Amino acid sequence: MSVAAQVQKLRKQYPDPLSAVMPALRLAQEQNDGWLSPDAIREVAGALDLTPAYCLSIASFYDQYRLEPVGRRVVEVCTNVSCALAGAQQVLEAFERELGVSAGSTREDGEYTLGTIECLGGCGWATVVAIDNRHRLRVNVDDVPGIVEELRGA
Amino acid sequence: MPTGDRPMTSSYPQIVFAGTNGGAVLDIDAYIAAGGFTALRKAQAMAPDDVIAELDASGLRGRGGAFFPTGRKWAFVPKPEQLAKPHYLVVNADESEPGSFKDREIMLRVPFRFLEGCLIAAHGIESQHVFVYIRGEYEREFEILRDSLEAMRKADLLGGVTVVLHRGAGAYICGEETALLESLEGKRGQPRTKPPFPAIAGLYAAPTAVNNVESITTVTPVLEMGGAEYAKLGVENSTGTRVFSLSGDVVNPGNYELPHGISMRELIYDVGGGVPNGRALKAIIPGGSSTSVLTADDIDTAMDFTSLVDAGSSIGSAGVIVMDDRCCMVQLGIRVSQFYEHESCGKCTPCRVGTKWVTQILQTIEDGRASQADLDLLLSVCDRIMGKCLCPLGDSDAIAVLSYVDRFRDEYQAHIDLGRCPFDGESSLEGILAPSAMHEAHGHEKVRA
Repeated sequence: MSVAAQVQKLRKQYPDPLSAVMPALRLAQEQNDGWLSPDAIREVAGALDLTPAYCLSIASFYDQYRLEPVGRRVVEVCTNVSCALAGAQQVLEAFERELGVSAGSTREDGEYTLGTIECLGGCGWATVVAIDNRHRLRVNVDDVPGIVEELRGA
Repeated sequence: MPTGDRPMTSSYPQIVFAGTNGGAVLDIDAYIAAGGFTALRKAQAMAPDDVIAELDASGLRGRGGAFFPTGRKWAFVPKPEQLAKPHYLVVNADESEPGSFKDREIMLRVPFRFLEGCLIAAHGIESQHVFVYIRGEYEREFEILRDSLEAMRKADLLGGVTVVLHRGAGAYICGEETALLESLEGKRGQPRTKPPFPAIAGLYAAPTAVNNVESITTVTPVLEMGGAEYAKLGVENSTGTRVFSLSGDVVNPGNYELPHGISMRELIYDVGGGVPNGRALKAIIPGGSSTSVLTADDIDTAMDFTSLVDAGSSIGSAGVIVMDDRCCMVQLGIRVSQFYEHESCGKCTPCRVGTKWVTQILQTIEDGRASQADLDLLLSVCDRIMGKCLCPLGDSDAIAVLSYVDRFRDEYQAHIDLGRCPFDGESSLEGILAPSAMHEAHGHEKVRA
């Protein structure tokens, strides 16, 4: 089903169809290699009778909507207080070494985006690492090579 | 599954997590067999006002951080006869407070108890329409709720109530109720002025009750056991049990359902196993990063609303973060301020600009470049944020940082006097990279303002 068709289904859930802009953007992003290109935004705008500028104003507000291309796999290490106390910085630096990307960038070959992220709500299971928005818990520096091996294989 | 490695039984009464034996109840038949949906049937046979009365009797106060009495909040919602507009129940599942991870575990382990609470609450405020705003990062939790809801639909348990699961997309500010409503309406998640309050003009300008996940989940056992029975647990100003999130420098981090009034000593040492590796307890954040820090001297403080206020802090979302003596309190200030700076929605100048200044001044103190006047400037900036914005996000930064300076003044002074961080690179928070700093380092500012 096209994004437009899925959006028509989505908007029926809401008394006001404007509410559908968030799930519509998520859908469009998922079907566009994980980011919201200008075309993807235009598609959402068309499906909801909104201006692309309005849809961009929503997309630019929330951290999970990406306005630039991302790697095939996105790795985000929480570095808020509890994860930091559990060694998140060492985990982050291990990912930088193993993946060959510096935090806040996408590798040249487009395979990985690595970044830091704010509290993911797993503080008692620190350090939390989100890989394509699925959470790995209790990650320590020794776990990183194994995780990267897994990512390479997938 | 994070819960699998904990002892199966707790010596404390389990209300939110009753019947789970440390695991999860994800099968609707198992939930029903154990008495599930009895409370809902009981509530549906009661008049909405009687349901509200039961909540009043329980003394249940909001578990999201504001601790507002649940029964009273529902009573504020005008009756349909008074205001002929659709009524909405909005559940705040946007849990994003650093240190707090209890709502996640509640949705993972007792989704039916939570959803049953949604239906009971909807009946209480005479609503046919429930929205659950769940943070975008809780993907598995969304899936579990979606599947549980589907099972309830198939079992014909929804009773004509529409329940919509709406996913957020990464914005701490959307945990603030009016910003949540704006976001749910399809706008940028920026807070509104109050009044009008959501009870009168909330979602789509209609009467709305906004409640936290844990509060709603607790509604179910409150109806089951009766409000008066629930009120026997805990202490007078803070009845019932609470799911405390424990993290940081502690042997057994995790979520623990305990009665209000338990001492911080018992929570950290008996339940939490104490501070690991023989280190000394230095600081405790009792209710999520937005609450004032306490020191080891406060260890016998009771974990209830009044006791924590008397100690100069607050219970907040009961997210307890423990720090040992390796933690530099200036670095803690930086990391916490970077969070608020990153999450500021940008609407109000004192917060948008103030949080950035707080982080910057703290960084000069950490780098040993600060003068005495800079410390005064830090306090002045915090004062210029406090109480001057539409929502408490900016206040949270100011409250947190002011408390670090207040309780650890000598340490802040030492940074200035020595012209460097006295931890000499050995602090447990040394070099931690925050998203706001990461974006700056790569020469692109995330567009938010």
